[in-house]
Amino acid sequence: MNSLVQRFDTNNALSEIKRTSAIIEEDGDNVSDLMWGSYGGFGNLATGIPKFNIPAVPDPSAFLRLHTDDHTDPSCRIKIQHGTTTLAFRFKGGVIVAVDSRATAGSYIASGTVKKVIEINPYLLGTMAGGAADCQYWETYLGIQCRLHELRNKERISVAAASKYLSNLVYSYKGMGLSMGTMICGWDKTGPQVYYVDSDGTRLKGDLFSVGSGSTFAYGVLDQGHHWDLSDEDAQELGRRSIYAAGHRDAFSGNTINLYHVKEDGWKFIGNYDVSKMHYEGPGDIPGAPGHGYGYSIRTAGKSSADPPTS
Amino acid sequence: MDSSFAITGKGYAIVAADMTVSRSIVKMQYNEDKIKVLGSHLLMAFSGEPGDTVQFAEYVERNIRLAQIRNTYPLPPPSAASWIRRELADSLRSRSPYSVNLLVAGYDLSTHEPKLYWIDYLGTMATVPFAAHGYGSYFALSLLDRYHDPEATVEEGLATLRRCIDEVSKRLVVTPGKFKVKVVDKNGVREVEL
Repeated sequence: MNSLVQRFDTNNALSEIKRTSAIIEEDGDNVSDLMWGSYGGFGNLATGIPKFNIPAVPDPSAFLRLHTDDHTDPSCRIKIQHGTTTLAFRFKGGVIVAVDSRATAGSYIASGTVKKVIEINPYLLGTMAGGAADCQYWETYLGIQCRLHELRNKERISVAAASKYLSNLVYSYKGMGLSMGTMICGWDKTGPQVYYVDSDGTRLKGDLFSVGSGSTFAYGVLDQGHHWDLSDEDAQELGRRSIYAAGHRDAFSGNTINLYHVKEDGWKFIGNYDVSKMHYEGPGDIPGAPGHGYGYSIRTAGKSSADPPTS
Repeated sequence: MDSSFAITGKGYAIVAADMTVSRSIVKMQYNEDKIKVLGSHLLMAFSGEPGDTVQFAEYVERNIRLAQIRNTYPLPPPSAASWIRRELADSLRSRSPYSVNLLVAGYDLSTHEPKLYWIDYLGTMATVPFAAHGYGSYFALSLLDRYHDPEATVEEGLATLRRCIDEVSKRLVVTPGKFKVKVVDKNGVREVEL
């Protein structure tokens, strides 16, 4: 970042050289053919240093800072996928995985159709929060390693082992700028499993996790509605309703909801749901659904807190 | 770090505010009442910059009282809220603004309706069926979107409030601790235990 700030600074040494080169070009006629290619002894510095196209805004370095992560990561990557809501929870019928589909770069919605559930293999799912490329690449890589484990040991890898592999892998890159917060979900010999793994090297086993900027809003609905004996339909509804809550309240989450259900025979994609449609109309006539929109004003339409005396 | 919640229901409004006063990493006090009773049917929960909060709340309290003495009748909730908002908005444009966030709840005897106003230190005011300030709002608002019922009884309202406090206690790193809860309805203001 510092080098970039310097580049836009008008008072540093490099700018001096650039100004000098401008003067030399004005005097171009005085330079003999013998000097050709040498720029009067200034070498290629005289043409100025290689330049980036800079944004057409009053303060380019401030603009750049808005779109980068320079305080957390000195190597200055473009901000991606920092706003997200993902969740996964365990219940008697397996694991529900639900995510939103919005990708943001600073205040800009870069995409509304991101697949944040990564299908590692037919019985393992990973979720995506943090750097999209990091999650996508390393979870696909995890899929390769899981397959090799299967071929070597004639046995499917456990969710615990798969998540530990990923955790060890990202830990070996600690401090080098990886950014991921993921849930590894699946069903193995021991039943349904959810592990939270992040790029700090944290790995947690649990019943219920939510990751991303909208996670607090999702937790608010999820915690209150969650219990082990949920039916499949009610569990799917809870996942959907929780992501909707985050999509509604968090500016960096939204667009659509992707819902997956992991059972004993592997994961199944349940559906893709538009958050706005959920707000006004709800998920439609499916078991577990409330039969109306999720939105507060839709749910409470016609109700009043007024308490006039009955006379 | 302080959290406050308020909800309306059939003929009442409930206001809840945590009771801790913290400075740096230390809890200095754990039985502070951060809900002012501004009149027979008016409550105000306040949070924000230490020092400003109590100063501003007492200033409001006395001016609302003054208005009642001058006019015989107390300011109804919408008028009181408007006056409070204006004081904050004017303060914001002064040399040393008050950094105070408020939840003003009252029972309007003329319309037989509970009234709830969400006001922040910038002078933003919104009339809402439920409201929250502080970190608690990140957990409570989505919960209230899902569970709040404008026609709930006081018992149901308190149960919903209980859900909010439980959720915040469960998920927020710094647990707010005890909450003071006050109800306002047609009979006036009363304090309740959760």
